[in-house]
Amino acid sequence: MKILVCISHVPDTTSKINFTEGDTKFDTNGVQFVINPNDEFGLTRAMWFKEKQGASVDVINVGGPETEPTLRKALAIGADAAIRVNTPATDGYSVAKQLASVVKDGAYDLVIAGRESIDYNGGMVPGMLAKLTDANFVNTCINLEIEGDNVTAIREIDGGKETVSTKLPLVVGGQKGLVEESDLRIPNMRGIMQARSKPLTVKEPVAVSPETTTASFEKPAPKGAVKLVDNVDELIDLLHNEAKVI
Amino acid sequence: MVLVYTESEEGTFKKIAHEAVSYAKGIADMMGTSVTAVSVNGGNSEELGKFGASKVLEISNDKLSKFNADAYADVVAQAAKKEGASVIVLTSSANSKFMAPLVAVNLEAGYVANVTELPTNTSPFQVKHSVFTNKAFAITEITTDTKVIGLGKNAYGLKENETTATTEAFSPELASEDFSVNVVSVDKATDKVTIADAEVVVSGGRGLKGPENWGMIEELAETLGAATACSKPVSDMGWRPHSEHVGQTGKPVASNLYIAIGISGAIQHLAGINSSKVKVVINNDPEAPFFKAADYGIVGDAFEVVPQLNEKLKAFKAQNA
Ligand SMILES: Cc1cc2nc3c(=O)[nH]c(=O)nc-3n(C[C@H](O)[C@H](O)[C@H](O)COP(=O)(O)OP(=O)(O)OC[C@H]3O[C@@H](n4cnc5c(N)ncnc54)[C@H](O)[C@@H]3O)c2cc1C
Ligand SMILES: Nc1ncnc2c1ncn2[C@@H]1O[C@H](COP(=O)(O)O)[C@@H](O)[C@H]1O
Repeated sequence: MKILVCISHVPDTTSKINFTEGDTKFDTNGVQFVINPNDEFGLTRAMWFKEKQGASVDVINVGGPETEPTLRKALAIGADAAIRVNTPATDGYSVAKQLASVVKDGAYDLVIAGRESIDYNGGMVPGMLAKLTDANFVNTCINLEIEGDNVTAIREIDGGKETVSTKLPLVVGGQKGLVEESDLRIPNMRGIMQARSKPLTVKEPVAVSPETTTASFEKPAPKGAVKLVDNVDELIDLLHNEAKVI
Repeated sequence: MVLVYTESEEGTFKKIAHEAVSYAKGIADMMGTSVTAVSVNGGNSEELGKFGASKVLEISNDKLSKFNADAYADVVAQAAKKEGASVIVLTSSANSKFMAPLVAVNLEAGYVANVTELPTNTSPFQVKHSVFTNKAFAITEITTDTKVIGLGKNAYGLKENETTATTEAFSPELASEDFSVNVVSVDKATDKVTIADAEVVVSGGRGLKGPENWGMIEELAETLGAATACSKPVSDMGWRPHSEHVGQTGKPVASNLYIAIGISGAIQHLAGINSSKVKVVINNDPEAPFFKAADYGIVGDAFEVVPQLNEKLKAFKAQNA
């Protein structure tokens, strides 16, 4: 089985979010970038398929050279090879188109992406990729088992979960549950050394025109100070008459 | 024409279906056009008229009795083509988010998710949506002829807009590829309010000392018709199920009211509740970081405050019922 894991390179959640150039660009100053958490769960599940079922695991990012340390981290965790499509990630659709071209060329059986990236939170790349490559698609996937061509997956739904069956080729929008946090791997020295000699191929992009363009960013209005109250009567009154939530 | 997909469960429209129609009507008014709703094995179509739908395409098909993203996306895309829709409105439910990218590719439409208000402009078509886990907003232009919008959770609310909805039976053509992912079984608690649907969420942290103390949390939630939630350590220690854990690594909450009890307010916890409208904290440590993120707070012992709050709320509810 040939697996491709999509890796989105995102600011760590504890990062301060600021914008520059008249609020049109994300300010990367002092920001620590990491593998998107949903993708890390997917990558770790892919490692399981590699170790238990002999799968091969490639990782991919659509982005500029600045994302390479994130791809190297994925190699250090255990992926076999990395691909970077050399173009800035403009919108979800263009990223999906770039990924689709690599998926078709590489004849991957399984693509694991994240349910959403924690930067733009679009939650659109995996679904679009599935549709563009005529693959089956399971979103918000919290469990994945594959035997031959047969797939059994569990996906989270509002208020519960649901078990589905399908076949490869498949695209998964994954999240925590694919593996647990305690299963995540911190790259060790040996992994980091090996990652240096693993292939990281830079591919030139295919021509795509984006469908959406972000004009500017805004930060939420600063919140007023907390109102401290002494007793529950006062709280109920405020929630009813001022906040109007009860 | 603005097309809106209206979700239902067992023949009853969900509240988000009413909200989605209200929102679609808002866009239609800006564009000087009307709203058509798509209802798959749905409820009483007249209900949708109340929120502004002037036409309802009713689909009644046993093959669609369980949600299936490919099939439902195909149905919505066919309806959009038939009606010549320029804007398609979906929500942020798990099912809507599953099918939206499929609808978008099918219709060669640009898609923006987590939209927080009516378009800031319809020509060019610009929408505001939350990004960076609700720490910021982006204003994004959709440049394609057809647009798909995913309305954010609890973003718009219900707006009544009495319209007489005409109904039309619609029989989309379903292909075998629409059924290549099949539901084997569903495991869902039907009697409890879920965090995703809840307007009020009552959440407990490590300050509650142990699982045996959750009775008062559940009682308070019951009084408020709220869902229960917790911090990560609480679910890690097995005091509460993992499905209740809120935060960066857990569930996002977008309720109208979030009540945090014995939760310190770590940044990873707060990451999950940024889009809740009103936040209340009950904590015995006035220095707890949660007080910086909350709208209202009581500095006090949860074991005293929570039972009192519950009693008074019961009385309040009885009076205001
Ligand atoms: C990578 C990463 C991801 C994480 N993701 C999440 C996440 O998604 N969600 C999450 O919640 N956490 C997450 N955490 C953990 C987070 O950092 C905090 O450790 C956690 O939120 C603390 O939980 P708590 O507030 O319940 O417990 P504590 O920090 O122990 O706070 C307990 C609070 O209860 C108060 N208290 C004690 N007794 C009483 C009483 N009698 N009455 C009233 N108040 C009382 C105390 O003053 C204190 O403020 C993550 C951490 C990391 C490193
Ligand atoms: N630039 C990118 N390169 C590679 N994969 C990506 C990229 N952007 C998004 N993805 C994948 O798509 C998932 C969902 O992203 P999004 O649709 O942006 O929320 C992420 O978790 C990644 O797996």
